[in-house]
Amino acid sequence: MFQFCADPSILPDWQWFACYLTSGTHLAFYRSFLVVMLLLVVVAPLALGMGMLGALALRSHFLPFNWVGQGYVNLVRGVPDIVFFLFVPIALGQGIEWVLHQINCPDWDQPIRQGNDFIVCREAKMPPVGASAWVRNVYGFAMAVVAFALVFGAFVANTLYGAMRAVPRAQIETAEAYGMTRAQAFRRIVLPQMWVFALPGLSNIWQILIKSTPLLFLLGIQDAVFWARELGGAKTSLFTYPHPDWRVWYFMALLVFYLFLTWASERGFGWLTLRMSHGQATAEGERLRRKAVA
Amino acid sequence: MKKLTLTLAALALSATGAAAQDVVRMGTEGAYPPFNFINDANELEGFEIDLGNEMCQRAELTCEWVINDWDTIIPNLVAGNYDTIIAGMSITDARREVIAFTQEYKMPDPSLYAALSGTDSSVIEGGVIAAQSNTIQAGHVAETGADLLEFPTPDETISAVRSGEADAVLADGDFLRTIVNEAADLEFVGEPVFVGGGVGMGLRQSDTELRETFDAVIAEMKEDGSLNELLIKWFGEDTPVF
Repeated sequence: MFQFCADPSILPDWQWFACYLTSGTHLAFYRSFLVVMLLLVVVAPLALGMGMLGALALRSHFLPFNWVGQGYVNLVRGVPDIVFFLFVPIALGQGIEWVLHQINCPDWDQPIRQGNDFIVCREAKMPPVGASAWVRNVYGFAMAVVAFALVFGAFVANTLYGAMRAVPRAQIETAEAYGMTRAQAFRRIVLPQMWVFALPGLSNIWQILIKSTPLLFLLGIQDAVFWARELGGAKTSLFTYPHPDWRVWYFMALLVFYLFLTWASERGFGWLTLRMSHGQATAEGERLRRKAVA
Repeated sequence: MKKLTLTLAALALSATGAAAQDVVRMGTEGAYPPFNFINDANELEGFEIDLGNEMCQRAELTCEWVINDWDTIIPNLVAGNYDTIIAGMSITDARREVIAFTQEYKMPDPSLYAALSGTDSSVIEGGVIAAQSNTIQAGHVAETGADLLEFPTPDETISAVRSGEADAVLADGDFLRTIVNEAADLEFVGEPVFVGGGVGMGLRQSDTELRETFDAVIAEMKEDGSLNELLIKWFGEDTPVF
């Protein structure tokens, strides 16, 4: 990074640290924070979408939909998250390869499972044989996103379902009195009003999602926790920057990062709640209305 | 005619393209100096990285390195996430049941106990011993009278000794030597332990062709002395050579 970094062993402290903190591994450490944020940004809308579908299924009067919704929400909420995070990428990965195998290699005569090995033909490999490391990283990341969206979607589904039922019955009755169909009443009356009831639950799920991101590490993605452990460990003179065990400092940095993230989102949710409460038939909405009048 | 030559040339090009695509993915831990580790420039370095690159060059294969945790290094090989394990893995019968190995590229090295200076060697039989999980050393400690304390990475076993959580650590001598020599607070205790066979490259049992390729290259490198050069470069003059 800097010119004077050629031989770090003879540098004074501040220059040594300047070189150390800009080494290749440290740059990767800083990038891994962006990976965490990217995951959050991608997973949040997906989980919200899954949750909305789940909530609609739960509300559905059509029994099979209702069963699917019930099954999804109860299954995911009942099984430890970590099991799902390990299960989904493996099952999904093998599932995709199995399907590709059936399509591309109908003439294949060997069994796919040979003892421990899961063997599909070359054309069915996912990511494809010869894919660059970049493609593989994106594929791995996408798997993680799917796992996160599935797990958090179930929690969101339950929250949204509860929020939909919290919209005062009188509001829907009024809509019906105006001659709206069930779908119209849902779109025009329930959907706009439910968010204020859903927000506390959603903010909870969001905070838990933030705190779950270190699970990325389990899926083989080099996230901030991976690098903190890797960089903090004692380094011998085989390395350019030998140092004793500094893990406590690296984990401290993680602590600050996560605290900042949760603090900032708490403020964000506070602002959202205020905005959503305007004109609502809730205590907060009433307080805002009085304030505006006064 | 000209057209035909062109087509042939295009065919030849696409054929070599297909061959070049045949990437062999080499799985390693990246946390076990001097066998394999991530250096400060965020690149893999170490004895096995040099060896692996040399082997791929001789076998005319395009190789790519993949880093994987030690704990899941065998399951992920079997699942096809990469094609070889080259991570200081000793050849043992238990592992042979799940994966196949090439011939050894490094002779068995005694495992050593390291502890804080001044620790009595009686801890080996009656104390708490740290070892990396799923290693031959962990298996050995479990059979002695000592309590086994397992950690997922080698680095954490050393930290456990420093923090007093464990009385001593049992690990490959090659891994411990640099650390103990450079640390004022650590020293070797007790006698060296001989567990496990030499270190070899792991492959899926169904990948016979690839195993034979690498086997032949290792034999060739033993023959012409280039393997010994690498061993001495990374493990010092005293290391056993072929």
